[in-house]
Amino acid sequence: MREPFRGHHDMGGLPAGRVEKTEHDYAFWEKRVDAMNVLLASKGHLRVDEMRRNIEALPPDAYDRMSYYERWISAIAATLLQRGVLTADELGRKMEAIAQREGVPR
Amino acid sequence: MTDPLSAAHAHPHRHPPRPDTDDTLGHYQIMEIAIRELLIEKGIVTPAEIQRAIEAMDARGEALGARIVARAWTDPVFKARLMADGTEAVRDFGVDMGTTRLFVVENTPAVHNMIVCTLCSCYPRMVLGLPPDWYKSRNYRSRAVREPRGVLREFGLSVPDDVEVRVHDSTADMRYLVLPLRPGGTESLSAERLAALVSRDAMIGIAFARNP
Amino acid sequence: MSAPAAATAAVPSRFKPGDPVAVRQAYPPGHIRTPWYVRGRCGTVVHALGPFPNPEELSYNRSGLPAQPLYRVRFRQTEIWPDYAGNRRDTVDIEIYQHWLEPAGDAR
Repeated sequence: MREPFRGHHDMGGLPAGRVEKTEHDYAFWEKRVDAMNVLLASKGHLRVDEMRRNIEALPPDAYDRMSYYERWISAIAATLLQRGVLTADELGRKMEAIAQREGVPR
Repeated sequence: MTDPLSAAHAHPHRHPPRPDTDDTLGHYQIMEIAIRELLIEKGIVTPAEIQRAIEAMDARGEALGARIVARAWTDPVFKARLMADGTEAVRDFGVDMGTTRLFVVENTPAVHNMIVCTLCSCYPRMVLGLPPDWYKSRNYRSRAVREPRGVLREFGLSVPDDVEVRVHDSTADMRYLVLPLRPGGTESLSAERLAALVSRDAMIGIAFARNP
Repeated sequence: MSAPAAATAAVPSRFKPGDPVAVRQAYPPGHIRTPWYVRGRCGTVVHALGPFPNPEELSYNRSGLPAQPLYRVRFRQTEIWPDYAGNRRDTVDIEIYQHWLEPAGDAR
């Protein structure tokens, strides 16, 4: 039996709850993520379709659990790694250094 | 603080901040700092460019969209241009749609339009600014195409049965803006006064323009 | 409306406004911009928007050329959801790239 795969993001028409009219003022870090996305796209280091593909590749539970800009920064990271703009090693080491610098416990 | 990009962002908060704000550094916020610092070290972006991109983002909001709507209500030549080629018409307002196109859909006594993006969260950000959370929510994205009248009722909007509800699913390169119906009794109002009647929600199609 | 620079190499357009079309009932892997809920459904072309690079290819950082003609296609809600509870004239408009469309005899 063929059972085609429906992407978790492809949700049009699925049952869902009442729409709560929620909004928040964007945090500065969220705007920085947005700004980096805009700049990387305009400089040819990332395409919006690559971003979307990488967001869609998130496991369903992560897609639902992560906030909007958490999904975005994770997709920016994935795109830059795929393109070789960044390496996993340098990104990992940089994140460690920042966590130490900012006193974030493991 | 010498780095404006890491300074607390000072502007009045109209809505409650979410848990993932600047206060605590989570995994993804550390990732954001790391990527930004690496991109700056590599000379791919500069702090000034990021700052300018944020300022441009902050400058866009519902007031811009409302000015476009009010001009369309008061200037038939502009309205014709806006409906024929929104991308070109909004250049009058300094709006560059980038790689997307602006497609304006007009409410009439017979048709009510509403906008959704079921696949992600495409939104006419170049004319309305960043989208509200509910627009990006699973509940809105799932249900707006299947039960638009139910969703509209949850927003407090009752569209008469004999009016066609037309949903636009932004799946590709168009970005949609609803041109709301001009409220009655506004013939004498200036474009500036008219713009004050036009909310972001009216331009997404989940509200009507306000009466004066 | 000027064509995007990248769209100089474009697939010839097959449809015009008013044409009845059917969306392919297909389930390819990858990054797809044709929503699941409309696959296999019939509608009517309402706008021919011109050629745009194919996002299925752009998503892998390829050129997306030749560009695909893009259309706005209008579907009756009752065609998509047989149990739709609203005005039978209610519609949904969706942008669909040409390679997802086939001619249809009857859009209902």
